[in-house]
Amino acid sequence: MSVGRDDRPLIAVLDYGIGNLRSAQKALEKVGAEARLTADPRLIADAAGVVLPGVGAFGRCMDELRRAGLADLAAAAVLDDRPFLGVCVGMQMLFEGSDESPGATGLGVLPGWVRRLPDGVKHPQMQWNVLHWEQPCSLAPTLPEPAWVYFVHSYAADPDPADLVATCDYGGPVAAMVQRDRCWATQFHPEKSGANGLALLESFVQACA
Amino acid sequence: MRNARVIPCLDVTAGRVVKGINFVDLRDAGDPVELAARYDAEGADELVFLDITASSDVRDTMLDVVYRSAEQVFIPFTVGGGIRSVDDARRMLRAGADKVSVNTAAIAKPDLVNDIAAEFGSQCAVVAIDARRRVPDDPAFGWGVFTHGGRRQTELDAVAWAEEVGRRGAGEILLTSMDRDGTRDGFDVELTRAVSDAVGMPVVASGGVGTLDHLADGILEGGADAVLAASIFHFGELTVREAKDFLTERGVTVRPA
Repeated sequence: MSVGRDDRPLIAVLDYGIGNLRSAQKALEKVGAEARLTADPRLIADAAGVVLPGVGAFGRCMDELRRAGLADLAAAAVLDDRPFLGVCVGMQMLFEGSDESPGATGLGVLPGWVRRLPDGVKHPQMQWNVLHWEQPCSLAPTLPEPAWVYFVHSYAADPDPADLVATCDYGGPVAAMVQRDRCWATQFHPEKSGANGLALLESFVQACA
Repeated sequence: MRNARVIPCLDVTAGRVVKGINFVDLRDAGDPVELAARYDAEGADELVFLDITASSDVRDTMLDVVYRSAEQVFIPFTVGGGIRSVDDARRMLRAGADKVSVNTAAIAKPDLVNDIAAEFGSQCAVVAIDARRRVPDDPAFGWGVFTHGGRRQTELDAVAWAEEVGRRGAGEILLTSMDRDGTRDGFDVELTRAVSDAVGMPVVASGGVGTLDHLADGILEGGADAVLAASIFHFGELTVREAKDFLTERGVTVRPA
């Protein structure tokens, strides 16, 4: 397992030209990682952990991820059981596909489909909301109860119940976090969720060490 | 569950925070990055940095503020003022902003809203609308849209423009009453209600907050999803925590500070 300078675990934040990646990098560094924004296959293969961010449309993110040559690397990182964290659309891309972009194929490393948030609530959900735990989460032992985190999304995964760790209430239960082995994914933005988000990222960095 | 957000706004010029009274008579309220980190620690839900100089010679100053904030601020922040193109938006997002807010440039070229939404996603495409009543004491005549810090009137109707930018892919409306901005008389709740009822996206109410009751009124009467204020927070009259405690007492659900 690779470590960066000062024995900090090296975490590859997959950079495929989408969105604000700098916040994720700085948040991971704040909690003890050496975080690199990268599309370099060797660096990614060498990293102790992999973070897949994503904002915007599902199809656009999948296209850009493939164009950057990172889709197979991301899927391989999950299947290798290396610590992996998908965030927002980076969570959604782990599934088979999305109503948002029906023609686009997801990474398919988790079973399930991404669906539009229910009618009768504003789109996007752009707010802090409370996590409801469906099962114990190994990244969350230090979070307070209730744990408030920041969401901004119009679509959410409909995962296998066995993978579902937490939901939030937004016109009904909405998948907020999934976990399978050492692959975690959050619909919310831990890098934008203040102290709670940093605590969760710190647990992830420790899982990489 | 709908949870309201409390958003301090940092008006920035040449790298310093200021707050205008009706956009003149600016007072200096400090370093934006330091202030932003303080608001994060105090429990603010988001921040808005508004570049009120918006002249190109100091644009890099704002980029630096965003760049440094991304290292210290772990709540979402929006940057507005002088964003004229997809490239301007990209620079801010790459520097660490979560959302960009467009105003004048979107009125001049409405496709800018579509372009930013298509390139980066609706979640980061905020449209700021500066609205003023056509008849000051009667909301029935509606609101016109103004640009250039409220100095220039357009042909647009505020509610119709909000609906249009929604169709174009905007993810949030930052709605400022130019009648109330800087007055401390409270939000124009009729304006907030009219826009909030017309669009399916979140609306941030802005302009006129002078008391805690005003914050609650914007949400409960105006239907706003978030309330934005500047001077009441900057000069230490009220803390974000006090604002949130008060909102909770009034029955508004917020993330506790």
